[in-house]
Amino acid sequence: MSQLIGIDTPSENEYLKCIHCGLCLAVCPTYREQLTEAASPRGRVILARKSLEGELELDSGLIAHMYSCFTCMACNDLCPAGVRPADLALGMRQTHEQIRPNNWKQLLFGSLISKPGRMELTTLPLRLYERLGLRRLFYGLGLGKLLPGQVRDMEAMLPHLPQRPLRQVLPEVTEANGDSHYRVGFFLGCAQSLMFAEESAATLRVLARNGCTIITPKETVCCGMPARGYGRQDLVRKQAQVNIALYEQAQVDFIITDCATCGSTLKEYGHLLSGDPDWAERAISFSKKVRDVSEFLLSIPLNMPQRRIEAKVTYHDPCHLRRGQGVWKQPRALLKMIDGLEFIELPEAEWCCGSAGSQLISHYETSIKVLGRKMDNLESTQAKYIASGCPGCQMQLNVGVRQRGLSVQVVHPVTLLDRAYGKR
Amino acid sequence: MLEQAAVKRLVQIVGKEGVFDSPEDLVVYSYDGTFEEHRPDVVVLPYTTEQVSEVLALASREHIPIVTRGMASGLAAASVPFNGGIALSMTRMNRLLELDQQNAIASIEAGIITADLQAAVEKVGLFYPPDPSSIRHSTIGGNIACNAGGPRCLKYGVTGDYVLGLTVVLADGRVLHTGGKVIKDVVGYDLTALFTGSEGTLGVITAALLRLIARPRFARTALVEFKSLADASHSVNAILSAGVVPATLELVDETAIACVEEVLHLGLPLDVEAILLVETDGSDEAVVLGEIEAAACICRENGARQVNVAKDEDERASLWKARRSVSPSLARMAPNKLGEDITVPRSAIPEAVRRLKAISAEYGLPIVIFGHAGDGNLHPNILFDKRDPGQWSKIGPMVSQVFNTALELGGTLSGEHGVGILKRPYIMSALGPVSIEIQKHIKQVMDPFNILNPGKIFPD
Repeated sequence: MSQLIGIDTPSENEYLKCIHCGLCLAVCPTYREQLTEAASPRGRVILARKSLEGELELDSGLIAHMYSCFTCMACNDLCPAGVRPADLALGMRQTHEQIRPNNWKQLLFGSLISKPGRMELTTLPLRLYERLGLRRLFYGLGLGKLLPGQVRDMEAMLPHLPQRPLRQVLPEVTEANGDSHYRVGFFLGCAQSLMFAEESAATLRVLARNGCTIITPKETVCCGMPARGYGRQDLVRKQAQVNIALYEQAQVDFIITDCATCGSTLKEYGHLLSGDPDWAERAISFSKKVRDVSEFLLSIPLNMPQRRIEAKVTYHDPCHLRRGQGVWKQPRALLKMIDGLEFIELPEAEWCCGSAGSQLISHYETSIKVLGRKMDNLESTQAKYIASGCPGCQMQLNVGVRQRGLSVQVVHPVTLLDRAYGKR
Repeated sequence: MLEQAAVKRLVQIVGKEGVFDSPEDLVVYSYDGTFEEHRPDVVVLPYTTEQVSEVLALASREHIPIVTRGMASGLAAASVPFNGGIALSMTRMNRLLELDQQNAIASIEAGIITADLQAAVEKVGLFYPPDPSSIRHSTIGGNIACNAGGPRCLKYGVTGDYVLGLTVVLADGRVLHTGGKVIKDVVGYDLTALFTGSEGTLGVITAALLRLIARPRFARTALVEFKSLADASHSVNAILSAGVVPATLELVDETAIACVEEVLHLGLPLDVEAILLVETDGSDEAVVLGEIEAAACICRENGARQVNVAKDEDERASLWKARRSVSPSLARMAPNKLGEDITVPRSAIPEAVRRLKAISAEYGLPIVIFGHAGDGNLHPNILFDKRDPGQWSKIGPMVSQVFNTALELGGTLSGEHGVGILKRPYIMSALGPVSIEIQKHIKQVMDPFNILNPGKIFPD
């Protein structure tokens, strides 16, 4: 097909094994809400194949079906034939982006997100909104009721924002409390720094309390997941190189993050740069060191928390942690360590919450329906806390909690652990 | 191609969110679980029986073909719209209308996913037994239209045994109700049975009344390893002849085991020729245990190397996940597979297995064998690459021999997948001219303009 000549496209091995059995329809959140074949993994695989083989035009109509995938990877995990439909959808976005590049993506992912300082400046208005009490006014006057649903829900995504981004506050080196047993790097994700600063501060306290000297390089850039989601794998490679070089300088044994999305992306750097002789080995060595905070904590002798928290807690699996990294036992184990905390397993805990990065903005109706399923399950547990180690999931869950007027608190698992240790 | 006026009219009937005709949408409604494909002219997703009725009235007037489909997991190309026309997808009619606990009857719309229905009724202690391997990706409507089976049919019977009544939209748009909330009903011909297994050629099933039973409270599942495939198939008969009626008696051969193990890493044995998956169930735990032990004992006497009974629900669930993954995991072996579902009298299973392997050896293409050995229903799967003309040319003769084997042994072409288009060439030899003639007459009475799934089941 002429439009694909000279373009980096998914190979036929990524779709030839699909025998159309339809098994993936059962686990796909977008299919289960829309009930149309084009919104299913099988449908996307066939569309990818037909466009790569030239039977269909790779136009805006077709690519829209690739962007409607929430990339929760449930289909990747399930497919007995070994097809990875979610990866293929991402590959097709990348293919299309090479044919018809979007300037706004260059601006957003290439220029804005890749520079932490610029991003902090751009999000200043949001922090002012919080600080000046506008947010309380917004709710107090009932203005939220006047707004169209989507704007109201997007507002509800925002947690209580920190006064200053954590990046500006954190020291380069955080000393261990007592003897230092581990020299670890901390990868501070953008969303964590800008919106969930208190959580990452808690993560650092918990690490320090367990014998870690923590190095936090300040010049880290976005992990790359947003650019990957929008078909700019080229930018992800550049961002990966910046981050890899920084942690090489820091000379750490582990690279820890408390963001599920960052963690899964950082662990993929090895694969991502495997074709680049200058970077392949460095990237593999980097990725091997990456740990989610819960994964790391469960791998070392841990101080037992002393304070009780009397409450019911449940846990939602972020896609990027459970399927992206195979980490799902550890966060549960952390929560079960806390005295008084009654752990209740969330039905369908591994089902996507509908956040998928930016789907609440780009695919609002489906995103809200997927969230509805999650909230039904949450309500059935009667939990007071729902823990989940992903800023995207937490924002989405907050929307659901506000929509339904629940008194549930959305937290990072490590926040509860920090509380059970007792703040210093 | 369809007249634009007809598409406009369809939009008036179901709304624009229920009518698709972009090239992408036509492509994704062009296939099912086989390698066959053909695009429809338009896709329609109705929400109500009334809408279906109006769509069919229009199709009748304009002589537009209508091919009804659920989740398109079929293995006979029955829902592939070879003549174009309307692909009528029932997936949005997916409500559980009523769960009548007192009468143990569920009233459902055709598009409900079978596993969703099962989960809903099990919450209140009831049970809908039919369990095609596609329970999570097929609809009740599709199950009824193909009279689907599954492992548990050995003890509990097939989908049709649980259908008490149907709402069917006829070719001209009239709505027919058959049966009712009664277990016994001999008034007039059994039209419910006529539509069950009719593969969308006689009407569009939009709703059904399903009989439920009490949920068995206990189940035990055993994985039995055999060094010899022949021993495994002999054991099936030995168990059933001894008066033990397991809920399931599944046979999986070595190639299938290897494929599943590669996917799921369950530690399945890779040095055996076959395994049997035996499950007993019931409401008396001691009886359930006694039966699984009796079955295990018989297997050992017939050459089983080892018997492992699942220790807990997790282990049991993973064994069944393995069984359900067999068919799709074969895709790892070859780009294409043709899965048949011949049925033979159960006494003929060892001979059927022997002959299938002989066909495979003769043509030099693998035939993987697994299936519901307990009720004589086997799934010989031919693995091949359609792009290789040498391989592709062998498929016709091989399939023909597979079917001959079934017929020679007193069996038939299909136990649960249906005829669709793939078994059409062989139906005459299975049923004979008198049966075919009568069935074609029935089709003509029900669908005089031949708009309902045209070209399926019967040869022209």
